[in-house]
Amino acid sequence: MPNAVAERTAVRTYKNYSRPAWQRVLLTREMAIIAAVIGVYIVAAAVVPNFAAPITLTYLMLDIAAILLIALPMTMIIITGEIDLSVASVVGLSSVTFGTLYQAGLPIPLAMVAALAAGAVAGFINGFLVTVVGLPSLAVTIGTLALFRGLAVGILGTTAVTGFPDSWTDLATSKIPGTPIPTIMVLFVVLAIIFALVLHATPFGRGVFAIGQSSEAARFSGVRVERTKLMLFVASGTIAALAGIYYTLRYGSARGDNATGLELSVIAAVLLGGVSIFGGRGALHGVIAGVFLIGILASALRLANVTSDVINIITGTLLVISVISPSLLAWARSTWARQRGKRAAAGGAAPSAVGSAIPDAQPSPPQQKEEQ
Amino acid sequence: MSTHVPISKASPALLLEGVSKSFGSVIALKSGSLRMEPNSIHALIGENGAGKSTLVKIIAGVHQRDGGRLELAGEPVDFSNTAQSKDAGIAVIYQEPTLFPDLSVTENIFMGRQPTRGFRGIDRRAMRAQVKELFSQLGVNIDPDRPTRGLSIADQQIIEIAKAISLDARVLIMDEPTAALSGVEVERLFKVARGLRDEGRAVLFISHRFDEVFDLCDTVTIMRDGEYVATTAIEDTTVDELVRQMVGRDVSTLFPKEPADIGEEVLVVDGLNTRGLFHDVSFSVRAGEIVALAGLVGAGRSEIARAIFGVDNYDSGRVTVEGKSLRKHDPAAAMRAGIALVPEDRRNQGVILESSVARNSTLAIRRTLTRWGLLWPQAENTAAAHWAARLEVKTSALDAQAGTLSGGNQQKVVLAKWLATGPKVLIVDEPTRGIDIGTKSEVHRDLSTLAGQGLAIIMISSELPEVLGMADRVLVVHEGRITAEIDRADATPEAVMFAATHNKEAAA
Repeated sequence: MPNAVAERTAVRTYKNYSRPAWQRVLLTREMAIIAAVIGVYIVAAAVVPNFAAPITLTYLMLDIAAILLIALPMTMIIITGEIDLSVASVVGLSSVTFGTLYQAGLPIPLAMVAALAAGAVAGFINGFLVTVVGLPSLAVTIGTLALFRGLAVGILGTTAVTGFPDSWTDLATSKIPGTPIPTIMVLFVVLAIIFALVLHATPFGRGVFAIGQSSEAARFSGVRVERTKLMLFVASGTIAALAGIYYTLRYGSARGDNATGLELSVIAAVLLGGVSIFGGRGALHGVIAGVFLIGILASALRLANVTSDVINIITGTLLVISVISPSLLAWARSTWARQRGKRAAAGGAAPSAVGSAIPDAQPSPPQQKEEQ
Repeated sequence: MSTHVPISKASPALLLEGVSKSFGSVIALKSGSLRMEPNSIHALIGENGAGKSTLVKIIAGVHQRDGGRLELAGEPVDFSNTAQSKDAGIAVIYQEPTLFPDLSVTENIFMGRQPTRGFRGIDRRAMRAQVKELFSQLGVNIDPDRPTRGLSIADQQIIEIAKAISLDARVLIMDEPTAALSGVEVERLFKVARGLRDEGRAVLFISHRFDEVFDLCDTVTIMRDGEYVATTAIEDTTVDELVRQMVGRDVSTLFPKEPADIGEEVLVVDGLNTRGLFHDVSFSVRAGEIVALAGLVGAGRSEIARAIFGVDNYDSGRVTVEGKSLRKHDPAAAMRAGIALVPEDRRNQGVILESSVARNSTLAIRRTLTRWGLLWPQAENTAAAHWAARLEVKTSALDAQAGTLSGGNQQKVVLAKWLATGPKVLIVDEPTRGIDIGTKSEVHRDLSTLAGQGLAIIMISSELPEVLGMADRVLVVHEGRITAEIDRADATPEAVMFAATHNKEAAA
């Protein structure tokens, strides 16, 4: 069939990229976060006693493992312009499902599968309400945040299921032999690679970005907007359930109130990692760095005997800065350019341009999302 | 409430002379002139894109003119925003009024200037009394206390008019007010408009319906291609004369489509229906043929295209591509069957402004570019560069954000995205709206070449020269129905325009 416009000779050739490769890789918001992680780690290791000890790193990773896991699908959901606030409640629900079924005599692997299934169903309920019923995800998942938590606490009451076999609880806290790195990180790395490839190198991932940038244009390009979002919510529920199993085994205790409030840490880390809350922008390596940044800061400050309210103030401030930094930078750059223009007009020699650390920060807020 | 300069006999209520306006490289208004007298209803007519809306927006203070003269009651004026034109006594009633749906009729009329009494409390009784007075003056019966949500468009317009009168507007502009009204509602609006005229106000009435213009107006001004053409008293002109003045230009030399071999029927649309949008739409398109859907904005042409492509659902009917029936409401299925749609709203539906040229042009074929399930940057860039070069897209690099390109080049990116899919049927909806003249003719040449290669093309266009120059066959859509089918040989501006403004019975 006709798949060529003209016999016109194609005279025009195109550069693939407007910037050289090193700039494209290094001068990004994600790299700025990664640099911040390394910087904070070095400073903390030098200043805070015991922070450099390998055991600190082990506990740090054990602490953030659940956040890391949940952040993977959350990144994709936020890139599509939606949000899932119910993830911590799904952790609780999964924990209770897992614990109750184990108590009822089910083998551990079967209880795990059931917990994962519960998470998938929870995610499907979110996705169904958002895509089929057409409700805003913010409202839906605030509702299911309460609903799933209520179910979890309702099933188990204020009691806890304990007494999981040592072989399983030890596995959750074990380390890769010869390193301070917890075994759970292997699972995380495998999943992170899968999610990174899906998001950044598959047609599905292109669709995810397209939905976030303009769901209308995505729909007009044949992207199955609803189906994509539904799949992401199911993935989010399933991964949150996985985190719930890990959480239960790590502390050896299945409780309905496990991980209460964890959703805010996850979303904070995702935004800190450079994902736009308006959707359409972000990268997974930035998000992983964002989780580590929050984790390292919290761990170092705790070791330095800083109280948790101060830690909250610091991470909160960091989050606000990260959210407003793109527009601040754009403002600073345009002011700088104007002044340079004035000076050049006055006859003075203009200073040479210095590459900004975050050159892909957007000068204007992303376009408004269509209203449903 | 504002005060007004008394209107002398000599000075018109509103005068525009040689007013111009361009947006970037696109000239929306070359030279607009209008002279509105008090005690008179003035019609403003012209094709889509003739510059009527731009003219109105300049009067309303939405846009600022680049050049020319604007006088109100003999005084030169400048409006930098809509509040200033309102204060000066100009009111614009748009086709679809924007009221606050949850506030009452009374509250809407007094929004932002509620009468107050002691302690700055709102004087509801005074507001209601004034509204009742206004409505009796207009001779309408609307409950002042009900919320405006659920009111008909006609009633909402009356509320806007009441608001304008309560502000003592001397100049009222109605921008296609009758487009969404029923016969009875139109009659009521006309009664109100005549009442306003007899009170000494100047009324501007924009409409595509000639019968209404002749029924209601005293004077008519015709515009074409952003320029003033003529002003005549209504009794001195005829429909034929107006049509000739609206379209009067040499169209035969513009955008010639090269002859192509017309092949088999590729797309067949059979009895397509969606309540309230379009009815019993049936037509077919053959390989190598360009079929234009002509008609007025709002006639239902884009809605038909969207239903065919599956972005919107439809109530009944059937679409077949090469004999195979198409699943409805499924753009992915339409794409697989070989349909491509370059949509009307380029910035929201066509191109993803935030995304790069490469990502935009490969979005529709991304599934075919994978190796081992993954997309490799090289494959995407090669495909994007190929299509960018074929269409001569002007961009600094393939990773440039599409939003940084000019409108014409954005349109080429959208075209590239769809040509890359190797379609059998290409639907283009207003393919050259808002793009500069050079790029426009390139787009026309591309469409002509594509048809020559056997593509079946449906072109929706509101520009008559484009329709007449490009189409092998013209289907005229009027109020959701195909009212005329005109072959290239018989397609004259007058014939198309007549069918676009008249019902089938009248046209027959």
